Amino acid sequence: MRLGKALLYTILVLYAIVTMIPFLWALSSSFKTLEEIVSGSISFIPKDFTLDNYKQIFIEQELFPRWFMNSVIIAVTVTMLNLIFNSMAGYALARLHFRGKQTIFMIILAVLMIPAQVTMIPNYLILKQLGWLNSYQGMIVPAMINATFIFMMRQFFINFPKELEEAAALDGLSRIGTFFRIVLPLARPALAAQAIFVFMGSWNDFMRPLIILSDPNLFTLPLGLNSFKGQYISYWNYIMAASMVFTLPVLVIYAFFNRYFIKGISFTGGK
Amino acid sequence: MFSRKRWKEAGTAYTLLSPTLFVLLLFVIGPILFAIYLSFHKVQLLGTASFQFVGFDNFTRILDDTRAKIALWNTVKYVVIVVPTQTMLALVLAATLNAGLKGEKFFRIVYFLPTLTSSAVLTLIFMWMYNQNGLVNHVLEFFGLPTYNWLGDPSVALNAIMIMNIWSTAPFFMVIYLAALQDIPDSLYEAAELDGANAWHKFWYVTVPYLKPVTSFVVIMGLIGTFQLFDQSYIFSGGSGGPNNATLTVVLLIYQYAFKSLGTMGYAAALAFALAIVILLATWLQRKFSKEESLY
Repeated sequence: MRLGKALLYTILVLYAIVTMIPFLWALSSSFKTLEEIVSGSISFIPKDFTLDNYKQIFIEQELFPRWFMNSVIIAVTVTMLNLIFNSMAGYALARLHFRGKQTIFMIILAVLMIPAQVTMIPNYLILKQLGWLNSYQGMIVPAMINATFIFMMRQFFINFPKELEEAAALDGLSRIGTFFRIVLPLARPALAAQAIFVFMGSWNDFMRPLIILSDPNLFTLPLGLNSFKGQYISYWNYIMAASMVFTLPVLVIYAFFNRYFIKGISFTGGK
Repeated sequence: MFSRKRWKEAGTAYTLLSPTLFVLLLFVIGPILFAIYLSFHKVQLLGTASFQFVGFDNFTRILDDTRAKIALWNTVKYVVIVVPTQTMLALVLAATLNAGLKGEKFFRIVYFLPTLTSSAVLTLIFMWMYNQNGLVNHVLEFFGLPTYNWLGDPSVALNAIMIMNIWSTAPFFMVIYLAALQDIPDSLYEAAELDGANAWHKFWYVTVPYLKPVTSFVVIMGLIGTFQLFDQSYIFSGGSGGPNNATLTVVLLIYQYAFKSLGTMGYAAALAFALAIVILLATWLQRKFSKEESLY
């Protein structure tokens, strides 16, 4: 039995090392001088520890703060709109009776099956027609709902106790008033899980901005990083420093909300 | 009175659904119909946009397109290797984590780091490690193994992406397994123990069969995700799919035809439909296969 335990620990520790090495390597490279990078040293501890790379990237590429802001604005707006709109749709589908409900629900389920590549080309043409290429709204409006999370919110509201809404109705609150004042505040756990996933999806998205945005002033971080790499291809110290700066916000969010992550995944995980 | 109430409820419902319906119509259903239209036309966007009906030409063209064949072959190779590997790795990690050892929480947090990091950042980190004079080659050398030009050699470039993506996706599926593992009743393991089962027997005859529905879900999600490989090959190859088309995937090819060359947007739409059908077929096969298996 003791041998078995040792074996299990060995697996866990080995895999933890495998997971950590790329991050530690990137972190250590971000503190190295270009000279050390070029020399091909494989020491994880920088020979001449330097913070220059972190300063230099903002001088070499003055658009970095701009890209950061673009990412924040888009990801935060998309997340807030998703929370509200997905919940509204999920609630209507779970609680209200109306003609066309089954059809709409089936359409939402069908949408889950369609790969994004099919709609990507026509979406580009539609956004172009609207004059929304290279704009925040072009990035936000098509992404402001999400079929997966509408489905998840519907499941959540189906199991939600009816008595609260009935009490609110007796107090003379309208259906919509009940939804915003009573139901939504109580849906916080489901909303938190959803918020994390929508935010991360938007923050890390590469393909949509690649298609919609061509003006460097409007780039989001992943796109900006990619173009930065194109310009400074052998300056791995800069590229790693930039990568680290832009991974940090997500790690901070994870540190705070880590329990919702696990909950959220098991929630979307077919339950 | 009754019907007025019903009307009011329907009004409320459609008010709540209006943002969803707006986006669905304008950016999902409309585009699907538009994509069908595009796939039967030759599209010219330069100057005044023109759409010329070409029947099934865009679809038959796929059969004569060498690059499409290469892209499909690369993608299929990628799917066939990555999906089983990441699924098994996820299951083994989850079962190990679930064994009730100390520090489970710490390991879970560490394992989850790749899931949090953007594909762009991960790809850049790995490109740096795959450098000819980089960390990976140094480690291989240390163990006396052959080294490779990971980014430049067509025979290994796709493998480099496979390794990276197995590493970054397995932990996500591990968490799904972990949640399911916690639902397995202890009594099943106790019964197995009474029958003289060892740890391996318990894993193989209790855990694995119990998790079958979750595995099915994980495999389908894996299939859908791997067939759509794009970010990593795009960043790896600077958008070209090189070296020598080694990292060209179907989605990258669709992107190139749609946005990087003139007059091939309709063809790209046809390719996108072909991909959608391939994905649908793969998930359908998986379902059929796992259902038949459970009959035994």
